[in-house]
Amino acid sequence: MEQRTRKYDALIAGGGLVGLTTALALESAGLRIAVVDTASFETQLATKFDGRASAISFANMRMLDALGVRKQLTTNIGPINQILVSDGRPGDGLRRGGPGPYLLHFDRDELQEPDAGEPLGWMVENRHMRIALLAQARKSQNITLIPETRIRQKQQEHSRWQIRLDNGQELIAELLIGAEGRSSPLREAAGIRTHEWGYNQWGVVATVEHEHEHHGIAHEYFLPAGPFAILPLSGRRCSLVWTEKPAAAQFLQSCEQEFFQAELERRFGDFLGKLTATGPRWAYPLTLMAVEQYTAPGLVLVGDAAHGMHPIAGQGFNAGIRDAAVLADILAGNLRNGLATDDATALKTYEQRRRFDNASLLAATDMFVRLFSNDIAPIRHLRGLGMSAVDAIGPARRFFALEAGGGIGSLPNLLRGELP
Amino acid sequence: MEPSNPKTVSSAASIDAKEVAKFAAMAEEWWDPAGKFKPLHEFNPVRLAFIRKHLLAHFSLDNRARKPLSGLRLLDIGCGGGLLSVPMARLGARVTGVDAAAPNIAIARHHASQIGLDIDFRHNTSEQLLAENVSPFDIILNMEVIEHTADRHSFLSSCTKLLAPGGIMIVATLNRTAKARALAIFAAERILRWLPPGTHEYEKLVRPEEIKVPLEELGLQVTGPFGVSYNPISRQWSESSDTSINYMMLAKKNA
Repeated sequence: MEQRTRKYDALIAGGGLVGLTTALALESAGLRIAVVDTASFETQLATKFDGRASAISFANMRMLDALGVRKQLTTNIGPINQILVSDGRPGDGLRRGGPGPYLLHFDRDELQEPDAGEPLGWMVENRHMRIALLAQARKSQNITLIPETRIRQKQQEHSRWQIRLDNGQELIAELLIGAEGRSSPLREAAGIRTHEWGYNQWGVVATVEHEHEHHGIAHEYFLPAGPFAILPLSGRRCSLVWTEKPAAAQFLQSCEQEFFQAELERRFGDFLGKLTATGPRWAYPLTLMAVEQYTAPGLVLVGDAAHGMHPIAGQGFNAGIRDAAVLADILAGNLRNGLATDDATALKTYEQRRRFDNASLLAATDMFVRLFSNDIAPIRHLRGLGMSAVDAIGPARRFFALEAGGGIGSLPNLLRGELP
Repeated sequence: MEPSNPKTVSSAASIDAKEVAKFAAMAEEWWDPAGKFKPLHEFNPVRLAFIRKHLLAHFSLDNRARKPLSGLRLLDIGCGGGLLSVPMARLGARVTGVDAAAPNIAIARHHASQIGLDIDFRHNTSEQLLAENVSPFDIILNMEVIEHTADRHSFLSSCTKLLAPGGIMIVATLNRTAKARALAIFAAERILRWLPPGTHEYEKLVRPEEIKVPLEELGLQVTGPFGVSYNPISRQWSESSDTSINYMMLAKKNA
């Protein structure tokens, strides 16, 4: 028999967190998937590749459980039992730094059936998440990982892409999925326009060891330069996301350990005892991005290729997980109904369902950042009042807690912990 | 036109090249989900899900299989451009699609050959098909056709004869009610312009019992009607208990 070009239902460009999650979600929906990445898949497992951690909402962790990823994470996850939001203040000669009076308090005990008993979310270091996703993807016969290459040529004809990779390999896919992150080449080739705006802020990320137990409590203080988040990792460690003006952030990333330690203590406070910053520090510019379209004929965008969020609420990867869950439901429907994987009516449904959710998150996080990243006294006072008001009203607080956990709205199957 | 392998259509010498180009353009239009047939594309998933569910249950088929209908012979009556025939073929069925309008058959063949599916599209009516002595079908899709037939009883009788023992026919149509007249004819044709004016005549619409009674007299076991309704806000169709406009029925033949 003649050599046949391999056929896939979908080709995912980008094998990062969202690309691999999407591959596993679609595989669970019965699809045959190829994942192409420009680097080797091991590259992203290096300790220096990504120092960030993600707060995975409880609904999204249910999905990772259903896909077999949670089992692979073993002990490398820690629950978030409470989130305390406060208007913080760096310490000076007169007073200590650390959290101010709490303005908002989210507690797992407020979750009601069917979510009762779940933590608000789980902290996972991105490196551990990548290891788990990759291990699970490698176990699947219906996921083909193609490393160290990129799409050189592609031609679409009647629900089929003929694709030639840089390594000379040729393959056929019914649908292309752009999961390459912010600067998605597939999105650019499709001529989909983006809108970006920055905050003139950078995020400094580091891991901190501390003396006392954190009891799964996450803290978010709003400091004059922007939010300062302390996210509980497994063990007596936390992941720090510290927002600063660009120059200050770059300095903090590269400065001497003693200087960093002093600045850290001034903001963090001493409620967890003695602090030690460990490992490398990272600094990322904080910008938002929205796309004009999530789909084009034969193309779907997921994750950061479709929406770049401010990391303030830890929603970037979570939004990508939800993209994957919704896409899995829709493509499972196409497969069952005998429709082409790239059926345009179905892709439009994906766009409708994801646009609203992602745009709401973008707007909410944007508002949060603008409201909390300034130090004008009346605004400080007002936001204190506003947050205390939300905190005082039980139902409203439960709503915010639920939404922070991702449990609102009609959920796709995977987010309910079921396969599509 | 001879029923033939769709791949041979475009190269057949007997066909005028201009005609082929015309049908190619019309096929694009039929299969453009944002084009003239957009309402039909939006309606399709709910019909397909209904068909799948009942076929899998009737023949006890594997829900996880990619081609659960493999080995089953399926007849799509009034197949149009192939909007149901193509998904059924993708699910593994051996599909024959017939339509009384010759251009529809040319369109359907063109599309099937483009996407590489082997479907037997014929310019035919059910009565003619019966006269040609084709072997009976395990599945007959009789979707949105009966309200266009001149002799309903002769039509249902020939469909029954085309159904194999142990087979199942799915019938879908519009009910003859005041609500259907207001929404499915007046609103759909004159206001929303989903369908060309004159697509449906009120007098020719069919009530469920006008299908059920004759089919039972012909020896089939009939269940339904099952309603289908439209949510104008989400722009999605779904199964519902309201059978006053669109409805579907199942008719089974004893093995």
